[in-house]
Amino acid sequence: MDIKEIIKPENLVHKRTPLMTDANLSYCPGCGHGTVHHLIMEVVEELDIQQDTIGIAPVGCSVLAYDFMDIDMTQAAHGRAPAVATGIKRLWPEKYVFTYQGDGDLAAIGTAETIHACNRGENIAIFFINNGIYGMTGGQMAPTTLEGMKSSTTPYGRDYKTMGHPIKITELVAQLPGTSFVTRQAVHKPGNVRKTKKAIRKAFEVQKEKMGVAFIEIVSNCNSGWKMTPNDSNKWMEENMFPFYPLGDIKVEGKIVKDLMKDLV
Amino acid sequence: MAKMRGAIVVDTERCKGCEVCLVNCPSDTIGMSKEVNGKGYHYAFMKDPESCTGCANCAIVCPDGVITVYRVKA
Repeated sequence: MDIKEIIKPENLVHKRTPLMTDANLSYCPGCGHGTVHHLIMEVVEELDIQQDTIGIAPVGCSVLAYDFMDIDMTQAAHGRAPAVATGIKRLWPEKYVFTYQGDGDLAAIGTAETIHACNRGENIAIFFINNGIYGMTGGQMAPTTLEGMKSSTTPYGRDYKTMGHPIKITELVAQLPGTSFVTRQAVHKPGNVRKTKKAIRKAFEVQKEKMGVAFIEIVSNCNSGWKMTPNDSNKWMEENMFPFYPLGDIKVEGKIVKDLMKDLV
Repeated sequence: MAKMRGAIVVDTERCKGCEVCLVNCPSDTIGMSKEVNGKGYHYAFMKDPESCTGCANCAIVCPDGVITVYRVKA
């Protein structure tokens, strides 16, 4: 069979969602941000809520998310996206509101906003991309940087005696009564992408039911910051990030489903 | 069982040549071109069109969403 016979509109299986704009993504080649952008927009398209969705872009690599997603978007000051989302959601309770944040934004400068928005149980979805580094500013150490991990400000590796331990913000917010759905996923393999998409869909459904915060952490690579090729960085992520940040659901429908104490030791 | 035949179309100008699709292709269909696109990246292409099954694994892991997948029962 000739290729031209296969490439016909009726045989289409997968195409770029029209909810992503034509702007070129500003991310490095192989960065997980692009995959997550596409997944969120695919879910919004499938649920047919383009008119009713409001996104909040953070400060960081994904600061230009409003250029790429063809929905109503705004951009918040560094770390303040959950606070802005709270305001928007309270003004328009029937809209779907989500924040899209990185680890430097959500887990460092925005810790207070994140924890209090989760504790209040605002009906918003938080998408948290964790790559263990400040990607945009040049690969400095973030709160989520692993112990012993090299970054531009920790050239000999992160030492917990002087720099503290990496923070597991997702396990932290799971213990708050306001969160309903808390999970940790990845987007480097097709299976993980499918699971992440399911989780994103569930986050919007949780919001529709007004059950509280849906918090989705996506462990991602930062090949430029880690100074690796995209595929090497994905492998490094599997070997080093996943043992410390294990994938899977942590809280489903308001009940913690994971043994949190096991991970703390 | 009917065999599935697939084909991918790569938006070569958008492709950043990260090679994530290449390692996630179960049938080893995708290769990187020797030529570069306008941005200077070696873009992905079907080096072995016969082996493609249209599983769409390459398309869903593509960070830039440049791959369109078609599938037909052969």
